[in-house]
Amino acid sequence: MNAPLLRVRGLTKRFPIRRGLMRREVAAVQAVPDVSFDLRAGQTLAIVGESGCGKSTAGRLLLRLLEPTAGGVTLDGVDLFSLDAASLRRARRDMQIIFQDPYGSLNPRMSVREVVAEPLLLHGLASARDVDARVDAVLKMSGLSSFHAARYPHEFSGGQRQRVGIARALATRPKLIVCDEPVSALDVSVQAQILNLLRDLQKETGVAYVFISHDLAVVRHIADRVAVMYLGRIVEHAASARLFADPRHPYTRSLIAAAPRPTPKGKVPPVPMKGETASAIAPPPGCAFHPRCPHAQERCRVERPELREMNGDLVACHFAASLPPAPEDAGGSDSAAFRERLATIEAARAAR
Amino acid sequence: MPDAPLLSVEDLTIAFGAGPSRFVAVDGVDLSLARGRTLGLVGESGCGKSVTSLAMMRLVPQPPGHYLGGRILFDGRDLLSLPEAEMRRLRGGRIGMIFQEPMTSLNPVYTLGDQLREMVQAHSNLSARAARERAVALLDMVRLPSPEKRVDDYPHQLSGGQRQRVMIAMALANDPDLLIADEPTTALDVTIQAQILELLQDLQARAGAAILLITHDLGVVAETCDDVAVMYAGAVVERAPTATLFEDPQHPYTIGLMAAVPRLDQPARRLATIPGSVPPPWAKRQGCRFASRCPLAEARCRAEAPALRPIGPAHSVACWRAPIEERAA
Repeated sequence: MNAPLLRVRGLTKRFPIRRGLMRREVAAVQAVPDVSFDLRAGQTLAIVGESGCGKSTAGRLLLRLLEPTAGGVTLDGVDLFSLDAASLRRARRDMQIIFQDPYGSLNPRMSVREVVAEPLLLHGLASARDVDARVDAVLKMSGLSSFHAARYPHEFSGGQRQRVGIARALATRPKLIVCDEPVSALDVSVQAQILNLLRDLQKETGVAYVFISHDLAVVRHIADRVAVMYLGRIVEHAASARLFADPRHPYTRSLIAAAPRPTPKGKVPPVPMKGETASAIAPPPGCAFHPRCPHAQERCRVERPELREMNGDLVACHFAASLPPAPEDAGGSDSAAFRERLATIEAARAAR
Repeated sequence: MPDAPLLSVEDLTIAFGAGPSRFVAVDGVDLSLARGRTLGLVGESGCGKSVTSLAMMRLVPQPPGHYLGGRILFDGRDLLSLPEAEMRRLRGGRIGMIFQEPMTSLNPVYTLGDQLREMVQAHSNLSARAARERAVALLDMVRLPSPEKRVDDYPHQLSGGQRQRVMIAMALANDPDLLIADEPTTALDVTIQAQILELLQDLQARAGAAILLITHDLGVVAETCDDVAVMYAGAVVERAPTATLFEDPQHPYTIGLMAAVPRLDQPARRLATIPGSVPPPWAKRQGCRFASRCPLAEARCRAEAPALRPIGPAHSVACWRAPIEERAA
């Protein structure tokens, strides 16, 4: 087995809350108390969780867009947190990010050609002479054409803007791209185009993705492995197929059960889950999920469960091995009429 | 028909702008909703679903909007020809509305109690004390914990899910007959979304209100709606009872939309896509509005716009080629 591309150990970020004249620290938000994982080249790890679970903070820490309170990240053998400013800038060509908001993340005063050329010129990866050809090539990979290069972001739809963001991220041929909710702002039909594009580009270039999302269905379609986060910690980390077939952590089960299914017969019996996520300023003692967990017992209130190996996957629950099996997912089958008609449409499209 | 529907929209047409830049955003929409039922209005951005829902409250800004034609019959009366004073009595009274953004739809400088009380007193003669009691009761009804304390909180002291509960409490303050909910759970986490949808269904079962639910999410439709209307580029292209729509979708756009949804309950696969994007409303239109993206389109589709026509019990579709299999063979 070769070494993982990305190695994350004990990644921690706390944001102090300061009050008063002396800016005395009165409390702290434990945004990411302790996160570790590995990611191989050409693979996709999804980090899923609800708002405030620390998934975006974790994504920014990985790229050292935020300085961590503790912990380490190595990318292809390079320890990112020991680099000085100049070496960090050089290392940035290997790691890129795609943001959720294709409206806010592109400079409105730069043409698409300038947006995509900028990282190439900054990193000295193209000369003034061949930069146009490089930009055209990467736009083409992202499903745009050189016709789009002279245009400005406001002339594009949301899906096209996200393609520009992808082209910019791909331009330096990075080894790792952090995708922070890249399809959440897009319509369903456009979302499918962008997800397919991300998968194709990974096959073509071997780039690894850390895919941050709140949407489990999207995650199931893009990820090789999934890490579920709750209040800053990973509570379950498993191969995607296994996680969805047999979720072990009660929180993972609740998330899966809560997501609406686009089929009237697909409703899974809801898992009773009370209340809302607790505050990261004062996380509950013991297991952070215990106030909402239908299986919580005395031990969960006092002792925090470590992320432990279980049949090759990781889960942080005292009772993971003894929980009743997850409820059967009744959905999944589309009607015959739907499948037939879809096949007719696809065949007609292929014939054109 | 057993009895007249509570809400009946006939040939509603709304345009924006004037002169050569005028465009039609809602084009001949027909809808019907009975008491105690939930109608889902689904579509992607720019399909006209939000403008349609604003029109139910006559809240489309004029100018730049114009009601070009059609009727909105609410309990037999045409909302488009009511005097403004009467319309104001209906809004927040017999017609309640929940907006998508609970963060921006609550006034940050008033307490929850103040805002609920204003809502109640605008439509009744309740004393200040009675109105406050009503406010507490409403917060309790939407299951906000310790309502007698929270009634004095400001919106920023609440989480997103709690704010959406307050929005629902405000919409329900005067026991509306019709509730219009525009993407009521879009900004919320899935576990909170599930709680809010369940709450809406409970309240409907108790009060018998009709709900018009505007959403882009077919999953939300499948779980909460009795009937669905699919909108595309300003028009309803398919209308059916929810089970029928999923069992027997007829319009190529409906089928494409359903195939594009990543499924939590199915193994990963390559997603089907609808190439291209929704034409902007100002694009010149001839023939079927979906023809440019439809692989089944033929000469007639590009020349002549198909009207919504019945294709099964309570099921209509606006497509020349439906049913697809008839001529595919």
